[in-house]
Amino acid sequence: MTHNGLEGVVDLHGTRLPVNTMLTPDAQPGDWLLIHAGFAIEKLDPQQAGETWALLRDLAQAATRSPAPSGTGIATPASTTQGDRR
Amino acid sequence: MNIGTRAIPEMLCALHASAAGLDRSIAFMEVCGTHTTSAFRCGLHSVMPENVRLISGPGCPVCVTAQADIDELIDLGSRGEVTLCTYGDMLRVPGKRGSLEKARGDGASIEVVYSSLDAVRLAQSHPQRQVVFAAVGFETTAPATAAAVCAAQELGLDNFTVLASHKLILPAMRALLSATDRPKINGFLCPGHVSVIIGSDAYRCIVEEFNTPCVIGGFEPGLLLSSLLCLTEMVAAGRVGLVNQYPQAVRPTGNPHAQALLQEVFEPGHARWRGMGLIPMSGLFLRQSYQRFNAAHRFSLKPVDDREPPGCICGRVISGLALPPECKLFGRACTPVQPIGPCMVSSEGTCAAWFKYGPQRASSNGVARVQQLQEVLP
Ligand code: SF4
Repeated sequence: MTHNGLEGVVDLHGTRLPVNTMLTPDAQPGDWLLIHAGFAIEKLDPQQAGETWALLRDLAQAATRSPAPSGTGIATPASTTQGDRR
Repeated sequence: MNIGTRAIPEMLCALHASAAGLDRSIAFMEVCGTHTTSAFRCGLHSVMPENVRLISGPGCPVCVTAQADIDELIDLGSRGEVTLCTYGDMLRVPGKRGSLEKARGDGASIEVVYSSLDAVRLAQSHPQRQVVFAAVGFETTAPATAAAVCAAQELGLDNFTVLASHKLILPAMRALLSATDRPKINGFLCPGHVSVIIGSDAYRCIVEEFNTPCVIGGFEPGLLLSSLLCLTEMVAAGRVGLVNQYPQAVRPTGNPHAQALLQEVFEPGHARWRGMGLIPMSGLFLRQSYQRFNAAHRFSLKPVDDREPPGCICGRVISGLALPPECKLFGRACTPVQPIGPCMVSSEGTCAAWFKYGPQRASSNGVARVQQLQEVLP
Protein backbone atom coordinates (compact mmCIF):
# COMPACT_ATOMS: atom_id res chain seq x y z
CA MET A 1 0.00 0.00 0.00
CA THR A 2 1.23 3.51 -0.60
CA HIS A 3 -0.19 6.46 1.31
CA ASN A 4 -0.42 9.53 -0.92
CA GLY A 5 2.45 7.91 -2.82
CA LEU A 6 4.73 8.76 0.12
CA GLU A 7 6.57 5.50 0.40
CA GLY A 8 10.37 5.16 0.22
CA VAL A 9 13.18 2.72 0.80
CA VAL A 10 16.10 3.34 3.17
CA ASP A 11 19.43 1.62 3.60
CA LEU A 12 19.87 0.62 7.26
CA HIS A 13 23.29 -0.97 7.81
CA GLY A 14 23.03 -2.56 4.37
CA THR A 15 19.42 -3.73 4.81
CA ARG A 16 16.77 -2.13 2.60
CA LEU A 17 13.68 -1.14 4.53
CA PRO A 18 10.42 0.41 3.36
CA VAL A 19 9.68 3.69 5.08
CA ASN A 20 6.81 6.16 4.98
CA THR A 21 7.91 9.72 4.21
CA MET A 22 4.66 11.64 4.82
CA LEU A 23 6.27 13.42 7.80
CA THR A 24 9.30 14.41 5.69
CA PRO A 25 7.70 15.23 2.34
CA ASP A 26 10.80 17.04 1.06
CA ALA A 27 13.08 13.97 1.54
CA GLN A 28 15.16 13.25 -1.54
CA PRO A 29 17.23 10.23 -2.59
CA GLY A 30 20.56 10.33 -0.75
CA ASP A 31 19.22 12.19 2.34
CA TRP A 32 19.99 10.98 5.85
CA LEU A 33 16.72 10.23 7.62
CA LEU A 34 15.77 9.53 11.22
CA ILE A 35 13.42 6.54 11.28
CA HIS A 36 10.89 5.70 13.99
CA ALA A 37 8.31 2.90 13.79
CA GLY A 38 8.44 2.75 9.99
CA PHE A 39 8.19 6.53 9.50
CA ALA A 40 10.92 8.98 8.55
CA ILE A 41 10.45 11.59 11.28
CA GLU A 42 13.18 14.04 10.27
CA LYS A 43 15.85 14.76 7.71
CA LEU A 44 19.27 14.97 9.33
CA ASP A 45 21.80 17.68 8.65
CA PRO A 46 24.08 15.81 6.20
CA GLN A 47 27.38 17.15 7.53
CA GLN A 48 26.59 16.50 11.20
CA ALA A 49 25.02 13.11 10.45
CA GLY A 50 28.18 12.19 8.49
CA GLU A 51 30.41 13.33 11.40
CA THR A 52 28.40 11.29 13.93
CA TRP A 53 28.52 8.27 11.66
CA ALA A 54 32.31 8.62 11.17
CA LEU A 55 32.84 8.99 14.93
CA LEU A 56 30.79 5.87 15.62
CA ARG A 57 32.74 3.95 12.99
CA ASP A 58 36.03 5.05 14.61
CA LEU A 59 34.74 4.06 18.05
CA ALA A 60 33.65 0.67 16.77
CA GLN A 61 37.07 0.14 15.18
CA ALA A 62 38.84 1.24 18.39
CA ALA A 63 36.65 -1.15 20.38
CA THR A 64 37.65 -4.08 18.20
CA ARG A 65 41.37 -3.16 18.48
CA SER A 66 41.37 -3.02 22.30
CA PRO A 67 38.74 -4.94 24.24
CA ALA A 68 36.32 -2.59 25.95
CA PRO A 69 36.38 -2.57 29.76
CA SER A 70 33.51 -4.49 31.32
CA GLY A 71 30.21 -2.65 31.29
CA THR A 72 31.03 -0.60 28.21
CA GLY A 73 29.87 -1.07 24.67
CA ILE A 74 29.23 0.87 21.52
CA ALA A 75 25.67 1.91 20.82
CA THR A 76 24.93 1.87 17.13
CA PRO A 77 22.56 4.42 15.66
CA ALA A 78 19.90 1.97 14.60
CA SER A 79 17.69 4.79 13.46
CA THR A 80 20.18 6.88 11.51
CA THR A 81 19.90 5.85 7.94
CA GLN A 82 20.86 6.89 4.46
CA GLY A 83 17.66 7.54 2.59
CA ASP A 84 17.06 6.27 -0.91
CA ARG A 85 13.57 7.31 -1.81
CA ARG A 86 11.73 5.48 -4.47
CA MET B 1 29.30 21.55 21.61
CA ASN B 2 30.24 19.53 18.60
CA ILE B 3 31.32 15.99 19.36
CA GLY B 4 33.33 16.14 16.14
CA THR B 5 35.64 18.65 17.79
CA ARG B 6 35.59 17.29 21.36
CA ALA B 7 36.49 13.68 21.98
CA ILE B 8 34.94 11.41 24.60
CA PRO B 9 37.99 11.22 26.96
CA GLU B 10 38.28 14.99 26.92
CA MET B 11 34.56 15.42 27.72
CA LEU B 12 34.83 12.86 30.52
CA CYS B 13 37.71 14.78 32.10
CA ALA B 14 35.82 18.06 31.75
CA LEU B 15 32.77 16.45 33.40
CA HIS B 16 34.84 15.31 36.39
CA ALA B 17 36.54 18.70 36.66
CA SER B 18 33.20 20.49 36.59
CA ALA B 19 31.67 18.10 39.16
CA ALA B 20 34.70 18.52 41.45
CA GLY B 21 33.82 22.21 41.72
CA LEU B 22 30.37 21.41 43.14
CA ASP B 23 29.81 21.43 46.90
CA ARG B 24 26.87 18.98 46.69
CA SER B 25 25.47 15.97 44.92
CA ILE B 26 23.26 16.55 41.93
CA ALA B 27 20.96 14.37 39.83
CA PHE B 28 19.82 14.64 36.24
CA MET B 29 16.78 12.83 34.95
CA GLU B 30 16.90 11.19 31.53
CA VAL B 31 13.32 11.50 30.29
CA CYS B 32 13.60 8.76 27.71
CA GLY B 33 13.84 4.99 27.81
CA THR B 34 16.31 4.96 24.92
CA HIS B 35 18.66 7.21 26.92
CA THR B 36 18.29 4.85 29.91
CA THR B 37 19.30 1.83 27.86
CA SER B 38 22.02 3.64 25.95
CA ALA B 39 23.62 4.92 29.19
CA PHE B 40 23.65 1.42 30.68
CA ARG B 41 24.90 -0.20 27.48
CA CYS B 42 27.94 2.06 27.24
CA GLY B 43 28.74 1.82 30.99
CA LEU B 44 28.19 5.54 31.50
CA HIS B 45 27.12 5.25 35.16
CA SER B 46 30.43 3.64 36.12
CA VAL B 47 32.54 6.55 34.83
CA MET B 48 30.31 9.34 36.16
CA PRO B 49 31.60 11.59 38.96
CA GLU B 50 30.40 10.28 42.34
CA ASN B 51 28.36 13.42 42.99
CA VAL B 52 26.52 13.40 39.64
CA ARG B 53 23.73 10.84 39.26
CA LEU B 54 21.60 10.00 36.30
CA ILE B 55 18.07 8.86 37.21
CA SER B 56 15.36 7.46 34.96
CA GLY B 57 12.15 9.26 34.21
CA PRO B 58 8.74 8.53 32.69
CA GLY B 59 9.95 8.04 29.12
CA CYS B 60 9.54 4.35 28.35
CA PRO B 61 6.19 4.08 26.51
CA VAL B 62 5.35 0.62 27.81
CA CYS B 63 6.38 1.43 31.39
CA VAL B 64 4.16 4.51 31.70
CA THR B 65 1.08 2.70 30.40
CA ALA B 66 -1.38 2.25 33.27
CA GLN B 67 -2.18 -1.28 34.36
CA ALA B 68 -5.85 -0.68 33.53
CA ASP B 69 -4.95 0.13 29.90
CA ILE B 70 -2.87 -3.04 29.66
CA ASP B 71 -5.69 -5.14 31.14
CA GLU B 72 -8.11 -3.58 28.65
CA LEU B 73 -5.77 -4.46 25.79
CA ILE B 74 -5.36 -8.06 26.90
CA ASP B 75 -9.14 -8.47 27.29
CA LEU B 76 -9.72 -7.04 23.83
CA GLY B 77 -6.96 -9.17 22.29
CA SER B 78 -8.61 -12.30 23.67
CA ARG B 79 -11.93 -11.69 21.85
CA GLY B 80 -12.58 -14.12 19.05
CA GLU B 81 -13.52 -11.56 16.38
CA VAL B 82 -10.47 -9.35 17.01
CA THR B 83 -6.98 -9.43 15.51
CA LEU B 84 -4.87 -7.25 17.77
CA CYS B 85 -1.80 -5.59 16.24
CA THR B 86 0.87 -4.39 18.65
CA TYR B 87 4.49 -3.24 18.77
CA GLY B 88 6.63 -6.10 20.08
CA ASP B 89 7.36 -4.65 23.54
CA MET B 90 3.73 -4.91 24.69
CA LEU B 91 3.54 -8.64 24.11
CA ARG B 92 5.00 -9.82 27.41
CA VAL B 93 3.63 -7.12 29.74
CA PRO B 94 1.66 -8.92 32.44
CA GLY B 95 -1.96 -8.02 33.07
CA LYS B 96 -4.41 -9.25 35.69
CA ARG B 97 -5.01 -12.35 33.58
CA GLY B 98 -1.76 -13.23 31.80
CA SER B 99 -0.18 -11.31 28.93
CA LEU B 100 -0.84 -10.84 25.21
CA GLU B 101 1.81 -13.50 24.62
CA LYS B 102 -0.10 -15.94 26.80
CA ALA B 103 -3.38 -15.01 25.10
CA ARG B 104 -1.70 -15.71 21.74
CA GLY B 105 -0.53 -19.09 23.06
CA ASP B 106 -4.14 -19.79 24.03
CA GLY B 107 -5.25 -19.12 20.45
CA ALA B 108 -5.94 -15.37 20.36
CA SER B 109 -5.14 -13.58 17.09
CA ILE B 110 -2.30 -11.22 18.01
CA GLU B 111 0.17 -9.84 15.46
CA VAL B 112 3.39 -7.95 16.12
CA VAL B 113 3.78 -5.06 13.68
CA TYR B 114 6.75 -2.89 12.79
CA SER B 115 4.61 0.04 11.66
CA SER B 116 1.03 1.19 12.31
CA LEU B 117 0.44 0.98 8.55
CA ASP B 118 1.08 -2.80 8.70
CA ALA B 119 -2.08 -2.99 10.83
CA VAL B 120 -4.02 -1.02 8.20
CA ARG B 121 -2.74 -3.38 5.48
CA LEU B 122 -3.87 -6.33 7.57
CA ALA B 123 -7.36 -4.85 7.96
CA GLN B 124 -7.46 -4.25 4.20
CA SER B 125 -6.51 -7.83 3.38
CA HIS B 126 -8.75 -9.43 6.06
CA PRO B 127 -12.11 -7.64 5.76
CA GLN B 128 -13.83 -10.35 7.81
CA ARG B 129 -11.66 -9.60 10.89
CA GLN B 130 -11.86 -6.63 13.28
CA VAL B 131 -8.28 -5.33 13.37
CA VAL B 132 -7.36 -3.28 16.46
CA PHE B 133 -4.06 -1.41 16.65
CA ALA B 134 -2.66 -1.06 20.18
CA ALA B 135 -1.35 2.49 20.07
CA VAL B 136 1.11 3.32 22.85
CA GLY B 137 3.92 5.84 22.87
CA PHE B 138 4.74 9.52 23.07
CA GLU B 139 4.71 12.33 20.51
CA THR B 140 7.21 10.37 18.39
CA THR B 141 4.89 7.41 17.83
CA ALA B 142 1.53 9.19 17.88
CA PRO B 143 1.95 10.63 14.32
CA ALA B 144 2.27 7.04 13.05
CA THR B 145 -1.08 6.21 14.69
CA ALA B 146 -2.63 9.37 13.23
CA ALA B 147 -1.30 8.39 9.79
CA ALA B 148 -2.87 4.93 10.16
CA VAL B 149 -6.26 6.44 11.10
CA CYS B 150 -6.11 8.78 8.08
CA ALA B 151 -5.12 5.88 5.81
CA ALA B 152 -8.03 3.76 7.14
CA GLN B 153 -10.39 6.68 6.51
CA GLU B 154 -9.15 7.14 2.94
CA LEU B 155 -9.50 3.43 2.30
CA GLY B 156 -12.99 3.44 3.82
CA LEU B 157 -12.12 0.61 6.22
CA ASP B 158 -14.81 -0.26 8.74
CA ASN B 159 -12.84 -3.09 10.35
CA PHE B 160 -9.91 -1.00 11.65
CA THR B 161 -9.80 0.73 15.06
CA VAL B 162 -7.14 1.87 17.50
CA LEU B 163 -6.99 1.49 21.26
CA ALA B 164 -4.91 4.55 21.98
CA SER B 165 -3.04 5.42 25.16
CA HIS B 166 -0.66 7.99 23.70
CA LYS B 167 1.08 10.27 26.17
CA LEU B 168 2.55 13.78 26.10
CA ILE B 169 5.90 14.24 27.78
CA LEU B 170 5.76 17.89 28.92
CA PRO B 171 2.72 17.50 31.24
CA ALA B 172 4.50 14.55 32.89
CA MET B 173 7.67 16.61 33.45
CA ARG B 174 5.56 19.38 34.96
CA ALA B 175 3.69 16.88 37.16
CA LEU B 176 6.98 15.49 38.48
CA LEU B 177 8.27 18.96 39.34
CA SER B 178 4.98 20.00 40.98
CA ALA B 179 4.49 16.81 43.05
CA THR B 180 4.66 16.94 46.84
CA ASP B 181 6.82 13.83 46.67
CA ARG B 182 9.16 15.52 44.18
CA PRO B 183 12.25 13.63 43.05
CA LYS B 184 15.55 15.45 43.26
CA ILE B 185 16.11 16.79 39.75
CA ASN B 186 18.77 19.39 38.98
CA GLY B 187 18.22 19.20 35.26
CA PHE B 188 16.57 17.22 32.50
CA LEU B 189 18.21 15.29 29.71
CA CYS B 190 15.27 15.74 27.35
CA PRO B 191 14.20 12.99 24.97
CA GLY B 192 15.80 13.20 21.54
CA HIS B 193 13.09 11.68 19.37
CA VAL B 194 10.11 13.34 21.10
CA SER B 195 11.96 16.62 20.63
CA VAL B 196 12.25 15.95 16.89
CA ILE B 197 8.46 16.25 16.80
CA ILE B 198 7.74 18.94 19.42
CA GLY B 199 10.91 21.03 18.89
CA SER B 200 13.46 22.32 21.37
CA ASP B 201 11.50 25.51 22.15
CA ALA B 202 8.76 23.40 23.77
CA TYR B 203 10.89 22.97 26.92
CA ARG B 204 11.09 26.71 27.61
CA CYS B 205 8.12 26.39 29.99
CA ILE B 206 10.08 23.90 32.14
CA VAL B 207 13.17 26.10 32.18
CA GLU B 208 11.27 29.30 32.93
CA GLU B 209 8.48 28.08 35.26
CA PHE B 210 10.50 25.55 37.23
CA ASN B 211 13.97 27.08 36.98
CA THR B 212 15.31 23.74 35.81
CA PRO B 213 17.97 23.38 33.08
CA CYS B 214 17.02 21.32 30.03
CA VAL B 215 19.40 19.80 27.49
CA ILE B 216 18.15 17.92 24.45
CA GLY B 217 20.51 15.11 23.64
CA GLY B 218 21.19 12.32 21.19
CA PHE B 219 21.68 8.67 22.11
CA GLU B 220 25.21 7.69 21.11
CA PRO B 221 27.80 7.65 23.95
CA GLY B 222 29.48 10.85 22.76
CA LEU B 223 26.20 12.73 22.45
CA LEU B 224 24.99 11.49 25.85
CA LEU B 225 28.21 12.54 27.53
CA SER B 226 28.22 15.90 25.84
CA SER B 227 24.68 16.57 27.15
CA LEU B 228 25.59 15.59 30.71
CA LEU B 229 28.67 17.77 30.58
CA CYS B 230 26.55 20.67 29.38
CA LEU B 231 24.04 20.15 32.25
CA THR B 232 26.80 19.83 34.87
CA GLU B 233 28.56 22.95 33.61
CA MET B 234 25.28 24.87 33.78
CA VAL B 235 24.61 23.79 37.37
CA ALA B 236 28.22 24.50 38.39
CA ALA B 237 27.97 27.99 36.91
CA GLY B 238 24.55 28.59 38.51
CA ARG B 239 22.97 29.01 35.07
CA VAL B 240 19.54 27.78 34.04
CA GLY B 241 19.10 27.39 30.33
CA LEU B 242 17.82 25.39 27.42
CA VAL B 243 20.46 23.85 25.14
CA ASN B 244 19.85 21.75 22.05
CA GLN B 245 22.72 19.30 21.77
CA TYR B 246 21.01 17.31 19.03
CA PRO B 247 20.63 20.00 16.35
CA GLN B 248 21.30 17.53 13.55
CA ALA B 249 17.76 16.19 14.13
CA VAL B 250 15.92 18.60 16.44
CA ARG B 251 14.74 21.97 15.15
CA PRO B 252 13.51 24.76 17.45
CA THR B 253 9.89 24.33 16.37
CA GLY B 254 9.95 20.60 15.63
CA ASN B 255 8.38 18.78 12.69
CA PRO B 256 5.39 20.81 11.40
CA HIS B 257 4.03 17.91 9.28
CA ALA B 258 3.87 15.61 12.30
CA GLN B 259 2.32 18.34 14.45
CA ALA B 260 -0.36 19.05 11.82
CA LEU B 261 -1.22 15.36 11.61
CA LEU B 262 -1.49 15.08 15.42
CA GLN B 263 -3.67 18.19 15.50
CA GLU B 264 -5.95 16.80 12.79
CA VAL B 265 -6.60 13.42 14.45
CA PHE B 266 -6.11 13.88 18.21
CA GLU B 267 -7.04 16.25 20.98
CA PRO B 268 -5.37 16.45 24.39
CA GLY B 269 -7.17 15.11 27.46
CA HIS B 270 -6.51 13.86 30.98
CA ALA B 271 -4.64 10.56 30.93
CA ARG B 272 -3.75 7.97 33.55
CA TRP B 273 -0.07 7.11 33.99
CA ARG B 274 1.37 4.14 35.83
CA GLY B 275 1.92 5.07 39.45
CA MET B 276 1.49 8.78 38.68
CA GLY B 277 -2.30 8.87 38.54
CA LEU B 278 -4.33 11.11 36.27
CA ILE B 279 -2.19 13.90 34.79
CA PRO B 280 -4.16 16.82 33.31
CA MET B 281 -4.04 17.16 29.52
CA SER B 282 -1.25 14.56 29.27
CA GLY B 283 -2.81 12.18 26.75
CA LEU B 284 -3.91 12.23 23.12
CA PHE B 285 -7.44 11.08 22.30
CA LEU B 286 -9.18 10.68 18.94
CA ARG B 287 -11.19 13.74 17.96
CA GLN B 288 -14.96 13.46 17.65
CA SER B 289 -14.71 13.25 13.86
CA TYR B 290 -12.55 10.10 14.12
CA GLN B 291 -14.56 8.28 16.81
CA ARG B 292 -15.49 5.50 14.39
CA PHE B 293 -11.85 4.39 14.65
CA ASN B 294 -11.96 4.26 18.45
CA ALA B 295 -11.79 0.65 19.64
CA ALA B 296 -13.15 1.61 23.08
CA HIS B 297 -16.38 2.78 21.39
CA ARG B 298 -16.57 0.03 18.77
CA PHE B 299 -16.32 -2.68 21.45
CA SER B 300 -18.14 -0.75 24.24
CA LEU B 301 -15.22 -1.22 26.64
CA LYS B 302 -16.07 -0.57 30.28
CA PRO B 303 -13.62 1.29 32.56
CA VAL B 304 -11.27 -1.14 34.31
CA ASP B 305 -9.81 -0.79 37.84
CA ASP B 306 -6.28 0.58 37.75
CA ARG B 307 -4.17 -1.37 40.22
CA GLU B 308 -0.44 -2.06 39.96
CA PRO B 309 0.66 -5.65 40.61
CA PRO B 310 1.14 -6.13 44.40
CA GLY B 311 4.67 -5.26 45.46
CA CYS B 312 5.66 -3.70 42.11
CA ILE B 313 7.01 -0.15 42.44
CA CYS B 314 7.29 0.64 38.70
CA GLY B 315 5.40 3.90 39.33
CA ARG B 316 8.09 5.10 41.76
CA VAL B 317 10.86 3.88 39.45
CA ILE B 318 9.59 5.88 36.46
CA SER B 319 9.09 8.94 38.69
CA GLY B 320 12.74 8.93 39.74
CA LEU B 321 11.72 8.21 43.36
CA ALA B 322 13.18 4.71 43.65
CA LEU B 323 15.83 2.56 42.03
CA PRO B 324 14.90 -0.95 40.86
CA PRO B 325 16.85 -2.78 43.61
CA GLU B 326 14.63 -1.01 46.16
CA CYS B 327 11.78 -3.20 44.88
CA LYS B 328 11.54 -6.36 46.99
CA LEU B 329 10.67 -8.37 43.88
CA PHE B 330 13.64 -7.20 41.77
CA GLY B 331 15.77 -10.11 40.61
CA ARG B 332 13.81 -12.55 42.78
CA ALA B 333 10.15 -12.90 41.82
CA CYS B 334 10.60 -10.39 38.96
CA THR B 335 13.16 -11.10 36.23
CA PRO B 336 13.16 -10.57 32.45
CA VAL B 337 12.18 -14.23 32.07
CA GLN B 338 9.25 -13.90 34.48
CA PRO B 339 8.46 -10.17 34.67
CA ILE B 340 5.89 -8.74 37.06
CA GLY B 341 5.91 -5.08 35.99
CA PRO B 342 6.41 -3.43 32.58
CA CYS B 343 9.75 -1.87 33.63
CA MET B 344 11.20 -5.39 33.60
CA VAL B 345 9.67 -6.30 30.23
CA SER B 346 10.37 -3.38 27.95
CA SER B 347 13.70 -3.17 26.17
CA GLU B 348 13.69 0.45 27.37
CA GLY B 349 12.62 -0.38 30.94
CA THR B 350 14.76 0.75 33.86
CA CYS B 351 14.37 -2.51 35.81
CA ALA B 352 15.37 -4.53 32.71
CA ALA B 353 18.45 -2.30 32.23
CA TRP B 354 19.43 -2.68 35.90
CA PHE B 355 18.95 -6.43 35.72
CA LYS B 356 21.01 -6.71 32.56
CA TYR B 357 23.80 -4.19 33.16
CA GLY B 358 23.56 -2.80 36.69
CA PRO B 359 24.32 -1.82 39.28
CA GLN B 360 26.70 0.66 37.68
CA ARG B 361 27.81 3.25 40.18
CA ALA B 362 30.77 5.57 39.98
CA SER B 363 33.47 3.03 40.82
CA SER B 364 37.08 3.49 41.83
CA ASN B 365 37.88 1.74 38.54
CA GLY B 366 35.92 4.37 36.63
CA VAL B 367 37.57 7.22 38.51
CA ALA B 368 41.00 5.63 37.94
CA ARG B 369 40.27 5.49 34.22
CA VAL B 370 39.45 9.18 34.18
CA GLN B 371 42.70 9.92 36.04
CA GLN B 372 44.59 7.90 33.43
CA LEU B 373 42.90 9.93 30.71
CA GLN B 374 43.81 13.19 32.46
CA GLU B 375 47.46 12.13 32.47
CA VAL B 376 47.59 11.38 28.77
CA LEU B 377 45.59 14.40 27.61
CA PRO B 378 47.54 17.59 26.81
S1 SF4 C 1 11.50 -5.13 39.70
FE1 SF4 C 1 9.65 -5.85 38.69
S2 SF4 C 1 8.05 -5.68 40.21
FE2 SF4 C 1 9.77 -4.41 40.91
S3 SF4 C 1 9.38 -2.35 40.11
FE3 SF4 C 1 10.63 -3.39 38.59
S4 SF4 C 1 9.17 -4.30 37.19
FE4 SF4 C 1 7.99 -3.76 39.03
